[in-house]
Amino acid sequence: MFPRPIEKSSVGVRTAYKIFLPIALFIWLLPLLAIFMTSVRSAADINSGNVFGWPSSFQIIDNYTAVFTQSDAFTYFLNSIKITLPTVAISVALACLAGYALAIYRFKAALPLFFIFIAGNFVPFQILMVPVRQLSVETGLYNTVTGLVLFHAAFQTGFCTLFMRNFIRALPMELIESARIDGVGEFRIFWHLVLPLVRPAIAALSVLVFTFIWNDFFWATVLTNGEASKPITAGVRALNGQFVSQWHLVSAASLLAAVPPVLMFFLMQKHFIAGLTLGATKG
Amino acid sequence: MSSVESLDDASVVTAVDNRSWYKKNRLAIAPWLFLTPAILFFLVYVILPIFQSIWISFHDWDGLGEATWVGLANYVELLDDDRFYTSLWNNLLWLFLFLLAVPAGLFIALFLNQTVFGMRLYKSLFFFPFVISQVVVGLIFTWFYNPNFGIIAEIWNWFGASPPSILGDERYVTYGIIVAGLWPQIAYCMILYLTGLNNVSPDQVEAGRLDGAKGLKMLWYVILPQLWPATFLAIVVTVIGALRSFDMIAIMTQGGPYGSSNVLSYFMYEQALSEYGFRMGYGSAIAVVLFLIMLVFISYFLWSMYQEEKGGH
Amino acid sequence: MKSLFKSTIIGAAAVVLMAGTASAGDLVINFDDPNPAPKAGFEAAVEAFKKANPDINVTVNINDREAHKTAIRNFLSADAPDVTSWYPGNRMGPFVDAGQFEDISELWASDANLSTSFEAIKPTMTRDGKQWGVPYSYYQWGIYYRKDIFEKNNVSEPKTWDELLTACDSLKEAGVTPFTIGTKFLWTAAGVFDYLNLRTNGYDVHNDLTAGKVKYTDPRIKETFANWQTMLERCSFVDNHATMSWQDAVAPFAKGEAAMYVMGNFAVAAFKDAGLTDDQIDYFQFPEITPGLARAEEAPADAFFIPANAKNKEDAKKFLSFIAQPEVQAEWNKTIGQLPPNSKSAIADDKFIQKGFEAVSTASGLAQFFDRDAPAEMAKVGMEGFQEFMVKPDRLDAILERLDKTQERVYK
Repeated sequence: MFPRPIEKSSVGVRTAYKIFLPIALFIWLLPLLAIFMTSVRSAADINSGNVFGWPSSFQIIDNYTAVFTQSDAFTYFLNSIKITLPTVAISVALACLAGYALAIYRFKAALPLFFIFIAGNFVPFQILMVPVRQLSVETGLYNTVTGLVLFHAAFQTGFCTLFMRNFIRALPMELIESARIDGVGEFRIFWHLVLPLVRPAIAALSVLVFTFIWNDFFWATVLTNGEASKPITAGVRALNGQFVSQWHLVSAASLLAAVPPVLMFFLMQKHFIAGLTLGATKG
Repeated sequence: MSSVESLDDASVVTAVDNRSWYKKNRLAIAPWLFLTPAILFFLVYVILPIFQSIWISFHDWDGLGEATWVGLANYVELLDDDRFYTSLWNNLLWLFLFLLAVPAGLFIALFLNQTVFGMRLYKSLFFFPFVISQVVVGLIFTWFYNPNFGIIAEIWNWFGASPPSILGDERYVTYGIIVAGLWPQIAYCMILYLTGLNNVSPDQVEAGRLDGAKGLKMLWYVILPQLWPATFLAIVVTVIGALRSFDMIAIMTQGGPYGSSNVLSYFMYEQALSEYGFRMGYGSAIAVVLFLIMLVFISYFLWSMYQEEKGGH
Repeated sequence: MKSLFKSTIIGAAAVVLMAGTASAGDLVINFDDPNPAPKAGFEAAVEAFKKANPDINVTVNINDREAHKTAIRNFLSADAPDVTSWYPGNRMGPFVDAGQFEDISELWASDANLSTSFEAIKPTMTRDGKQWGVPYSYYQWGIYYRKDIFEKNNVSEPKTWDELLTACDSLKEAGVTPFTIGTKFLWTAAGVFDYLNLRTNGYDVHNDLTAGKVKYTDPRIKETFANWQTMLERCSFVDNHATMSWQDAVAPFAKGEAAMYVMGNFAVAAFKDAGLTDDQIDYFQFPEITPGLARAEEAPADAFFIPANAKNKEDAKKFLSFIAQPEVQAEWNKTIGQLPPNSKSAIADDKFIQKGFEAVSTASGLAQFFDRDAPAEMAKVGMEGFQEFMVKPDRLDAILERLDKTQERVYK
């Protein structure tokens, strides 16, 4: 293990480490703590400049309900869910199919195709922006949840395929070979044999894609404008315009927007980290 | 990973000859059936738009009326546009400074790679910033930097100095935004390294210790080489993240003051789709330049992956 | 039988509704100001309209002002509402030229109220000889100031440039920053520029500048910037204005750290929200700079337009007629503290509105505002230049040359 386990150090070093750890964490999360403290303050505190001192009163319920009652935050939230969940489902499904094909079959186009999926995952959004927007406008998908879902699903397919292909590649190939020799059809192999084995990968991917899409801001600005389809990220920005100088409400709204991915992360931590690291390190 | 290669079709096909056409060719056809949906989606929304954008960049088009062919005029104008150079320079700053996330992430990972009580919770809390939307991070830091009531102002006032206006001063603004962007990025690199450190082989560490390697020497000669996959991935995601920086700028400054914190990605958006500009052609030209820059990195990444792929089989 | 028929129709209508296509009788209105007073004014007008037309099912989308400015491009072509708020003058130009707004000249001609009570503002709503929208409000710009601070420091309302500069000296001596401003979104700086240029060179030169007929490096425009430089030096604006929105900039004004604000009358509501009372704030016209020059004012109007892709143009026109009525305009503008464009509307009994009406109705010319008079791209580069100049006045020459370059390209 590197660095040397702290247990092997002197008592002094060990105590110092244990004391310093929470301090370091405190500094690291200071921005978040500050925004949380702000979100429970009263408007009077903000106006009188008491931004970092002890709040004069705790308005946690008032502020957080105000976000919902004084704005369309609820609609934004709902939109985010309506955008994120189908995207996760579609892109993971597509990636399972494509990743399986690229991992199992030997054909000439396999590697070039795989690389196109990877490369596509890395292109700057801006080079897609004008045509994708135009396409959405022409097909009537502009400013709809469906339009965002379709685009996100397509774009995430690149990353997801990369991930799935590498995961399936690491499965014992003998299983598939023997199934083929037994005369099991290709799709049945995929469905009954491979899919159950890649469940951890599906979980990891779902968590990751959920976070990516939930936090997307660029495409939300490019492909939506009205309340009907605006997700929470774009919504928080709009709220920032609406709650001018009402930092307590802006903070509360920002924290609310962060809740779902944070929950996702804490509940599915193992999958999340596996997803982040497994996907591309294995090449 | 040394698995048995999938059967080459020949052996199976020659064995039984009286099967249907699909059955005979199923190993050649099946992959395409599995791939078609993904390819279709990817083609329509990712591959074709790249070429469309290149095509549009040769036109003058406001997104409403007819596009007129202008050849290279957009690119010529770009070369004569101060805002383009400001953005390009800021992109470089982003690229170099953002890479600090890699060593910083390693540093924190080393610091946290212990097994004291509650370590798992500590690790996840350190990772926290990465999970939050950049919009939220941007808002937090905007407020932090506010010279009238932000935390920076408090600290400066504490020392009796008048606080700088970080986001209002062309000298500091880009650095201010990059620092905000580094926060989640460091967390990302940290988690990559933490996992990497988990996989470092204890034998080699022990062998190193026996050879008398300690501290930095050990890190450099024994640990880092083993962490290369993590480093590679950290560099990839950081470079891409730096060139993609959009959310933070849109939230924190909108490229201001007077365009001094602009980067290509935001400059492009501003020209093509914002209140004061609907120059789709010009915007696309900027996007193409950004794409070409990115392509350098993408090619390098793909090349490295290709090498590994070849080595692996 | 009849009721069965009716329920079938309703059922069919419900299906149509659920399918997401608006049937006749649905009216979608996009509005661009979620701030409390403008929102209240708009919603009250919509309520009144609903009451007068119970069969029309009105839906409103209220967007943030800055966001609306970018969103309109998208929704006009993609997902058009039936009515949208937007700005007249050059700012409506691109949409009119691209055929995105509905020509409503006929409504202007046939509606007795529109054809007789809007002469003054009709030219602003006209392009290519046709009318494209109906204004619901306009407002004066000028200098809002803290009366109490002026009195405490023995400063009176300046009438001339020299008096303004002297007033600034006294305020600075008393430790008060003369002007507040927030230039993060750029346009506020254009308000200052417009007034300096209108007062230095007059309406015609200013108009020629925004129409691309006068260069920014023209000696007359340089004179305007020289005056601005004097203003920066002797009057000075609050620090850090580049990070503040106009609303943020109200704070130093309300706290008494700054005494004056070059602003539009919509800001009065924000002043009052920040705790200031009528006794503490007042308004004066931007003082004279070049003696004897005919006085022009900045008086931008806000209007409603019908997108060419609107689904329910009939009811949209009803709405435009409705909000043009003198009582509706009077009530609405009373709420938002602005001036009704309808000349038959009563004007609110409010000192700012009375003074503003006086200033605007006696002016020799009315400018719409830099970002409405100049084409959008020019406006963007111009306003960035103004902001840069306010922070780095020594870069003036480079800035002006850049503006000339943009001007050459934009107006070709």
